[in-house]
Amino acid sequence: MEVTLSVRRYNPDDKERPSWWQDYTVDVERTASVLDALIKVREEVDGSLSLRCSCRSAICGSCAMRVNGHAHLACNTKIIEASQDGSKIRVEPMGNAAVVKDLVVDMKMFWDKVRQVSPWLQPAGPEPAGEYTAPNEAMLHLAGVMSCIMCGACVSDCTSLEVDKNFIAPAALAKAYRFVADPRDAQTVERLRMLNEYSGIWDCTRCYECVQACPKGVAPMDRIMAMRDKAMEAGFTKTYGARHTDAFVDSIEHSGWLDELRLPIKTVGMFNLPKLMGFGPVGLRALMRGKMPPIFHTPVPNVKNVRRLFKKVRATQGREQK
Amino acid sequence: MKIAFWPGCVSRGGCPELYPAAKKVAAQLGYELDELQERGATCTGAGVLQEKNQFLGDVLNARTFAIAEKINLPDIMTICSTCQGVMSQANKRMKSNPDYLAKVNEQLQEEGLQYKGTANPRHLLWMIVEDIGMDKLKTYVRRPLKGLRLAPFYGCYIVRPSGSLELKLHPEREDSLERVMEALGAEVVDFPGKTRCCGFPILTINERNSVQMVVNHTTDAKDRGADAMVTPCPLCHLNLDGYQPSAMLQANREINLPIIHLPQLLGLAMGFDPQDMGLKRHIISAKKVLTKLQVAA
Ligand code: SF4
Ligand code: SF4
Ligand code: FES
Repeated sequence: MEVTLSVRRYNPDDKERPSWWQDYTVDVERTASVLDALIKVREEVDGSLSLRCSCRSAICGSCAMRVNGHAHLACNTKIIEASQDGSKIRVEPMGNAAVVKDLVVDMKMFWDKVRQVSPWLQPAGPEPAGEYTAPNEAMLHLAGVMSCIMCGACVSDCTSLEVDKNFIAPAALAKAYRFVADPRDAQTVERLRMLNEYSGIWDCTRCYECVQACPKGVAPMDRIMAMRDKAMEAGFTKTYGARHTDAFVDSIEHSGWLDELRLPIKTVGMFNLPKLMGFGPVGLRALMRGKMPPIFHTPVPNVKNVRRLFKKVRATQGREQK
Repeated sequence: MKIAFWPGCVSRGGCPELYPAAKKVAAQLGYELDELQERGATCTGAGVLQEKNQFLGDVLNARTFAIAEKINLPDIMTICSTCQGVMSQANKRMKSNPDYLAKVNEQLQEEGLQYKGTANPRHLLWMIVEDIGMDKLKTYVRRPLKGLRLAPFYGCYIVRPSGSLELKLHPEREDSLERVMEALGAEVVDFPGKTRCCGFPILTINERNSVQMVVNHTTDAKDRGADAMVTPCPLCHLNLDGYQPSAMLQANREINLPIIHLPQLLGLAMGFDPQDMGLKRHIISAKKVLTKLQVAA
């Protein structure tokens, strides 16, 4: 089967062109992966093409790159899936990383961020004679995050990182969750305090890119959301993010739908005047165009059913936790 | 054809121009809407409630689905990418796990409701590509959008995660917006940001980052020659339109790219009065679009 790969090339020694697209057509098996095709190109067509790989079976995490615009493990992506109609397959280096050459990127920033969350167990008390033990369910729950192979696919496609290099980003945040949710770790509150700062859990846009990109089902975004909840439970309720969530939930509970006029006000706090003034020009412009939520927010019919349901669900959940 | 309709909160709140435009367009397409909010349906939780209490979110959406089943209209039309994504995810969790569904239903019992698992929430955009089809859609066009260059902007929740949105089963959903724009006679301006985040969810948390996303998408589309951007998501609209003035300040350049709701675009092509489509209610004036179509604003 013939396939054409359109590869984003870059060579720091080539002073003429900053980067360029190069097409390669190779003959591969129907079952071939994008990585198989790239290796074939390197071995038979153009030895100057650089890429990184090792296990070829989605274990080592070294072959993450963008295929048709989204991050994938090249060894885990079938040619027939990437090009159902036989069209060209676009292959680019990962996003959110400096390119070293062709498809090889510098992973320094990735590892710096992982280091930033102190990714090791910090238990308290005297060291036990044997091992530090944990309940089975807790470890089963953590197995999902522990299957991360540090490939960086999630980080490549993170929309928040794209606009802010300080964002701790999905892989390291998922790693942080691995310790936040570990019953043996004694630094939970300290960890949450750090993650609650700017560039941490509240800066995630909930865009699902990392969930979609992860080849191992780690679902970093879901872990970040779980940490938001844990941070609020640990008493970190003063951030804009925490207030926004609380105000949002209150609004649904009391009227069945969102009160958009009051939501931003509650989020920044009634008395946070400087921040509130910040809404001024935007609010004013909206008002002039008649683009404004209703001043009188009418609840949905039979809203008492909704309020009762909120109470009932919470009571059930409370009982289950005990 | 009778159909259940869930307009979402934002189409009646921060983007009040969307709700009447969508209703007019749906009627023209032959849909008779039964509005679920009038029957007591609530906000989907928009993913915000879910980050605190996913079960509660699922119960609320099951309640909406049960209300739709009760009136024998399990097909639900949505007009918001976020509502769509949240409803699809909740539905997936409940339909794939009968024990979980039973647990959810226990909560609804008191109100005499039960979700049987037959609801099928779909965005108007999907209904157009799946039920109406491009050939039929073209017959509604009275004012072809000839010469108009449009950039699509989907909104995260209508493209990810692909599993709960059943994109493998319905590959036509993936380029639905482009196909509708073309059927209406417009020219598509493709750009990589079309499936990225608009920034709205972190607006009150990190305004600079949020506005930077507006900068990136609007300037990219504009520099590729777009006359306007089209979105099926009112939350994206809030940020891309409402915060474009802030984006121009932050980027220190002129942008002024009109952001059009999908139903407004359909309405324009159907020959409706731009006034009825609420096109005057945008922060970034849509006048350029009307001029290009030679319609009086
Ligand atoms: S969901 Fe959050 S962490 Fe994941 S890619 Fe989006 S912004 Fe990044
Ligand atoms: S979370 Fe998934 S995508 Fe991210 S580094 Fe780990 S395995 Fe790769
Ligand atoms: S080569 Fe090891 S993960 Fe692809």
